[in-house]
Parts: sequence; structure tokens; C-alpha cells
Amino acid sequence: MKALEKYIEKIKPNFEKGGKYERWHAIFESFETFLFVPGNTTPRRGAHIRDAMDSKRLMSVVVIALIPVLLFGMWNVGFHHFLSIGEDVGFIQEFFHGFVRVMPIILVSYIAGLGTEFIFVYIKNKEIEEGFLVSGMIIPLIVPVDVPLWMVAIATIFAVIIGKEVFGGTGMNIVNPALLARAFLFFAYPSKMSGDKVWISEMENSQNIVDGFSGATPLAQVAGTTNEQLATNGGFKIINGVQDNVISTWDMFMGWIPGSIGETSVLMILIGAAILIFTGIASWKIILSAVIGGSLMGILLNIFATEGNPYMALPFYDHLLLGGFAFGVVFMATDPVTATQTEKGKWIYGFLIGFIAIIVRVLNPAYPEGVMLAILLMNVFAPLIDHYIIRANVKKRLKRIRA
Amino acid sequence: MQDLINIFVKSIFIDNMVFAYFLGMCSYLAVSKTVDTATGLGIAVIFVLGITVPVNYLLENFILKKGALGWLLGDEAAGVDLSFLSFIMFIAVIASMVQLVEMIVEKFAPTLYNSLGIFLPLIAVNCAILGGALFMQEREYASIGEATIFGLGSGVGWFLAIVGISAIREKIRYSAVPAPLRGLGITFIATGLMGIAFMTFMGIKL
Repeated sequence: MKALEKYIEKIKPNFEKGGKYERWHAIFESFETFLFVPGNTTPRRGAHIRDAMDSKRLMSVVVIALIPVLLFGMWNVGFHHFLSIGEDVGFIQEFFHGFVRVMPIILVSYIAGLGTEFIFVYIKNKEIEEGFLVSGMIIPLIVPVDVPLWMVAIATIFAVIIGKEVFGGTGMNIVNPALLARAFLFFAYPSKMSGDKVWISEMENSQNIVDGFSGATPLAQVAGTTNEQLATNGGFKIINGVQDNVISTWDMFMGWIPGSIGETSVLMILIGAAILIFTGIASWKIILSAVIGGSLMGILLNIFATEGNPYMALPFYDHLLLGGFAFGVVFMATDPVTATQTEKGKWIYGFLIGFIAIIVRVLNPAYPEGVMLAILLMNVFAPLIDHYIIRANVKKRLKRIRA
Repeated sequence: MQDLINIFVKSIFIDNMVFAYFLGMCSYLAVSKTVDTATGLGIAVIFVLGITVPVNYLLENFILKKGALGWLLGDEAAGVDLSFLSFIMFIAVIASMVQLVEMIVEKFAPTLYNSLGIFLPLIAVNCAILGGALFMQEREYASIGEATIFGLGSGVGWFLAIVGISAIREKIRYSAVPAPLRGLGITFIATGLMGIAFMTFMGIKL
């Protein structure tokens, strides 16, 4: 580390004003501050900065919070792959298979995204904004494992340019770039983003799949349940691959169920949530109110469940455990840039995310999952919520002055 | 009652004038710089749609449609089809309603009147308004109540869209948007992103 620091100090003059590579200054500085805490300190007099928590370190914490989810996702990919071909190979090999399958997606997402960012840094000659560190990690976690890599690359580039750079870069985007990438994939290549084959590693073209194995996600199975099945099974019978392998609520919580790479394990997501809330990065208000909103809508649907739509009978706590609800609410709804900025607004914002997500899941037959779109929808209305809250506050204070 | 609620929700979210049909884009883009003017224009559009759609419904069903003149001419009316006049009749109704709104706004909210400028009279040629009347004709609503609710719902949907984009525009005024995209360019992109978000409701059957 010392040697690297010395080397950077040595080549630094080349990149400063008047130096040989002046044009590359922004890119150089990005790397420098990424590796080391910048050497400039606050002046003796005037403003003082309390700690070195800049956005780069903030992003690093989010990435750390994502690591349990990622590791579990890797194992889960391998677990389901060997489940689908009916082999029992043990933990190490399952994890290894998942690692081999997931790592390329992460690499492609980072290379495509950071490459795009660096092009913009070069054009604007401004220091790089590190927001992509998190987006690049989230994108692989919210896609099915069998998604073609070139699609990941295109979606990432689209999200970075249209979602972020045209608005002026990190901190100015109105929708979450990772979600935008997923929405792009979802609407542009629906056959690779839904169905009952894509969720299991190498299921599409494999010859030795176990007879009767189904890779459908729990939510897709719930959406496909008919009234007769509901009556004969005495509730929803969600299976994991083969018929007699029924998923219990505990399995949903632990997460060994098919789904996008990182979204399945509520336990690991809770560990991430604890890190985020403890370090003060994510707002617990958003998470809590989204859970309240989702539960409330789930309970309402349970009460008014009709014959016409068996999906409405799914217990509300299962709604919170299945699909992308936990992941979306913890890691994407709390994005400090696209969420509402006012404290009261956070309650409204979170509540509506949970509420709308469950409405879309149950009442919109076009999509079995609604968390992605609910968060996108609230992203675009977050400035409006803020506007009205601030306006109300101004009014209140004016009244106080006059009184 | 259930039908009316369904039509209302459907016309706000699922068949949103801006995000599902891209109607009324000109004033949507031009008057969305601040939330206040956007709110004013949005309310004006709700009002105009809420009145013109039922009035046009009456015109359509008692004068223009094939055989609609039965109450006046008796059996002879069966062959009379005046629907070729529907465009001009609808526009006449809309124009007179907009005139009314303009007079009301000028009298009671002069500041709003000034900030809306030319776009207030231009509601008369706002495609969302004529679109509302034509959708009403095409979808053949069963009663004047349904038509009114549809008109109001479409207006509320348009209001929601313009108020939403105006809040976004107020926010990104302080963003470092690349120079070529400042103003309308970024508004178009933001509208596209809102359109993706509104895909949430596509496919809901009510």
C-alpha cells in the first residue's frame, strides 16, 4: 500500500494543471480518492469538515451491506441448479457453481457502467461520481441468473446514460438507475426476464432436468393457482422444483426458493438492512412504512378475497417474504437520492410503495411482481410529495410569525 | 356505483391521457415549469373536460348519432346520421367552455391568468380535451353519469401528470443537466421515465 501511495504521489504532477496529462485529471483523481483518503484538509479558519464520510465511503458501506445477500444468492443459484438436475453435490460445489455463474454478470455490469461513467468523466472533465458502485452491485442481484450478458450490458449503459448522466450525474437522477436497468430489461426482453425457466441456472437448454421439475417462482405459482387447487390443497401449495417439495413460510424467510439472484433471502436482506440503518444510510422510516403499507393492502385483500381472483387470498405475511419486496424496500426504496427528502414525506413515500406494490402484484394480471414498478412510480412522484410537504411547512411557519 | 368507480380509476391511471395516449403534450411541456402554474392549468383542464365530455355526450346521443334524432322526427330519423358533424360540434362546445373558463380565471385569479398566458385559451385546441370527447364517442358510455366521470377522471389523470412533471422540473432546475438537453430536452426524457413508471397500471382489468 505504501509503495502504491508513493507511486501515485510521484505521478501526480503530470495530472495537475499544466501537467502532461491535464485532460485526464478527473479520472486520475477518481482513482486516487478511491484508494486513499484525500490529503487536503480544511483550512485553519472557516468551515470544518467533521469526518471523512464522503459519498465514496457511503457507497462502500452499501456494497458491504449487499455482500451477505450476494453470497447467499450465489449459493442459492448453485443449489437450484443441482436440484434441477437431481444431483446432491454438497455446499462447496453448489457455491462454486453459483460463483461461476454470477461473477460474469457482476463484471459485465461494472465494466459497462463504469466504462460509460468514465467516458462522461472524460467529456465533462469533472471528478467521477461514485454512485455506480452501488448500482453496479444491485443490477446483478435483481436479474434472473440466466439473463444473457449482452442484455445486462445494454441495460446498464441505458440506465447510466438516460437514468443518470443526462440529469447531471450522481445525486441528480430522478429514478433509481438499477431499477431503470431492470425495467428496461423487463419491457425490452420479457422472455428473458419472466417465465419458469430463466430463474434456474442453465435450465433452458439442459437435457438432464429431473422429470416434472418446474422453475417457476413462488409468486408466479401463486398467480397461476385456481380456485379448485386452493380448495383441494387447503391453501396455496407453492413448490420448490418438484411436486412434493412444498415451500413453507420458513423457507420463504430463509430464501432457498427460486427467484432473482439476490432477492430471495429475507434473512440476509435483514442483515443488510441492519447495517444500513445502523450506519444511518437508509431511512428506517421508509422501510417501516413500506412494510406497513404492504401489510395493510395484503390484509385488505385477504378480507375482501373473492372467487374471481384466488391471488387475493395469499396471506399478507407471505407477500412481504416473497418476491422482491424485502430487497426492493431495503435497498432501492431507501436510495437517498430518489426518495423523498422530507421526513414526513418518507412516511408517505414508503407507505405508497408497499401499498402499490401489492396492488400491482394481485390486481394486475400482466405482472406477477409489482415492487420494481411501484418504486419507479413513487420515484417520479417523490419531488411532488416533497413540494407539498415543504409548502405546508412554509404555511405553518408563516402563520406562526403572524400570530 | 362500482362501474363509476372503475371508470374513474381507469381513466386516471390506466388510460392516462399523457402517459398512455400522449395527448395534450404541448401545454403539458410548456406550462410545467413551476408547480403553481401547472396546478392552475391542471384544474382548468379538469373543469373543461368535466363539462365538455357530458355536454358532447348529450350532443352525440340526441343529435349526431345515427337515429339519434328520433325524439324530434319520429320514425323518419332512423336514416339520419349526422356524425360527420361531430368534430366541428365538439370543437364548438370546447371552445365556448374554454372561453368561459378564461373569463372566470381572469376575474378571480389574475396572477394565474397572467402566468398561464396564451396556454389558457389554447386549452381549446388541447388534444386531451378533444381526445376526451372522441374517446367518449368511441367507447359508447351507457349514461351521462359515466361520461361525466370519464371526463373528470381523464382531467385528474392529466392534472397528476403535469403536476408530477412540474415538481420534477423544479427539482432538476438545480441539476447539472448537459447544456444541449436543458429545458425541453430533459423534460422529454423525464416524461419518458414517468411513462415507464406508469406502465405499472397497464394491464389492470377493471
